[in-house]
Amino acid sequence: MRRKLTRQYELYVFLLPTLLYFALFQYGPMYGIQIAFKNYQPVKGFLESPWVGWSHFIRFFRSYQFELVIKNTLVIGLYELLLFPIPVAMAILINQLTSSKFKRFVQTVTYAPHFISLVVVVGMLYIFLSPHTGLLNHVIVGFGGEPVFFLGSAEWFKPIFVLSSVWQNAGWGAIIYLAALAGIHPELHEAAVVDGATKLQRIRHVDIPGILPTVVIMLILNMGQFMNVGFEKAFLMQNSLNAVSSEVIQTYVYKSGLQSAQYSYSAAIGFFNSLVNFVLLVIVNAIARRTRQASLW
Amino acid sequence: MLIFVLVTLIVLYPLYFILIGAFSDPNLVSRGEVWLYPKGLNFDGFERIFSNGYIWTGYRNTIVYAALGTAISVALTITAAYALARKDLIGRNVIMFAITFTMFFSGGLIPTYLLVRELGMVNTMWALVLLPAVSVYQLIIARTFIQATIPEELFEAASIDGCNHTTFFFRMVLPLSQAIIAVIVLFNVVFHWNSYFPALIYLRDRELQPLQLVLREILIQSQSSDMSGGYFEDTAEQQKLAESIKYGMVIVASLPMLVLYPFLQKYFVKGVMIGSIKG
Repeated sequence: MRRKLTRQYELYVFLLPTLLYFALFQYGPMYGIQIAFKNYQPVKGFLESPWVGWSHFIRFFRSYQFELVIKNTLVIGLYELLLFPIPVAMAILINQLTSSKFKRFVQTVTYAPHFISLVVVVGMLYIFLSPHTGLLNHVIVGFGGEPVFFLGSAEWFKPIFVLSSVWQNAGWGAIIYLAALAGIHPELHEAAVVDGATKLQRIRHVDIPGILPTVVIMLILNMGQFMNVGFEKAFLMQNSLNAVSSEVIQTYVYKSGLQSAQYSYSAAIGFFNSLVNFVLLVIVNAIARRTRQASLW
Repeated sequence: MLIFVLVTLIVLYPLYFILIGAFSDPNLVSRGEVWLYPKGLNFDGFERIFSNGYIWTGYRNTIVYAALGTAISVALTITAAYALARKDLIGRNVIMFAITFTMFFSGGLIPTYLLVRELGMVNTMWALVLLPAVSVYQLIIARTFIQATIPEELFEAASIDGCNHTTFFFRMVLPLSQAIIAVIVLFNVVFHWNSYFPALIYLRDRELQPLQLVLREILIQSQSSDMSGGYFEDTAEQQKLAESIKYGMVIVASLPMLVLYPFLQKYFVKGVMIGSIKG
């Protein structure tokens, strides 16, 4: 018995640094959310600042930016959701390749952009889409069109934002589905071939049902990030010309919080954002569970 | 088949274009005459990049943050993963729940910033290396890996001979976990190499800036403010070279990752695969 307890003690020593990390850097900020309901004054700290109830939330809901940032966030979120099937389709297609050399080549190439930083990707967008020197505008002018200032236009912001994300992440996102496809029992395919199923029918009736649980799990996890919409990238792509289209909740939190030092107000907006994400996650997970698909819990 | 030729072209062409653009005469590039192969071979952009002090400082800072941050992450993740892999750990489920919960809900940007400020870590590298120290995802894959490769009975057997957890961890677990350690090292190095946002928030001094912030200034902010930020003086030359420098910067900043990654690809893929078994 005593030996068992010493051993537990030993395991806890292993755990301790990580537990401290989570307590301080993860649960610490959660505890700090209370400033969303207070008027945070740096001298008084989290605890001593006076309570103000829901007033920061109400101020946000009534502010003129509210409609704009919510709309932008939702529209980008929906675009991203629409493009969610692309990595799935990629995985199914890559899986059809018979030459393993070519398959590896395609994988190596399509994963590569994932390793490029956001700063570089957005920098490349500026290079390619520049109105005077960019390659795309040279092509447009070559065909007799007028050059377009893509990154300085509100209409183009969202398509460029999501399409460049597809370029960067579609290949990498396919890995997990490729793993799921590799896990499908070959006998299922053999049986389907014996029954005279075509390639398309096998994709439809063997591959897709086989990876559906993985797809559902990924979808649930995505929904838990729905409102975050690649904010670090939106921030990099944002400029005064496209702000009407590029201001999302998180960039607004950054500006009002860290640039204008309205800590409590922006903490309230941030809390609202996390809460919506969390509720979406719970709802989608519940639906998945109801329909007897895979679910997180 | 055709579709894959198309897909690989779409993925590769932008990278190829930057590469040939960096080595070409900037005048020809900006007129759109360079698109298939380099023209008017020119290394001025690279010369300017390599003679710029901020870029080297950025490089050095990034290497320091990546090395230290990765070392801390690996140490915390593997030790915790070993403890959490033991089914006899008291309170295991509660701890797992508390950790996993942070994946789905967090305090958010502002409370985190205020906490870091109260801890006195603003404008120090500790904000950058400690804040992302443990990733829940990496902790879960490490735990899954250890559970799958090191049966608990192995420890029971060793403990009869008087072996304790610490000795077992260093003699058995670490050597057997090399594959997962490689995965975690790589994920963290890539993360630190490419991240810019924490540095933007927490660092003030130019001397502390990592490469990605220097890049941001050259690649993105220069678009609106015309590179007058003092990185490259001499205005007449600068206009001509500005584009060339951008192409070169993309290469200088991305090449280490892009060259290393094909060799290490299997480890990255392995990481994602283990994660998919028990997401």
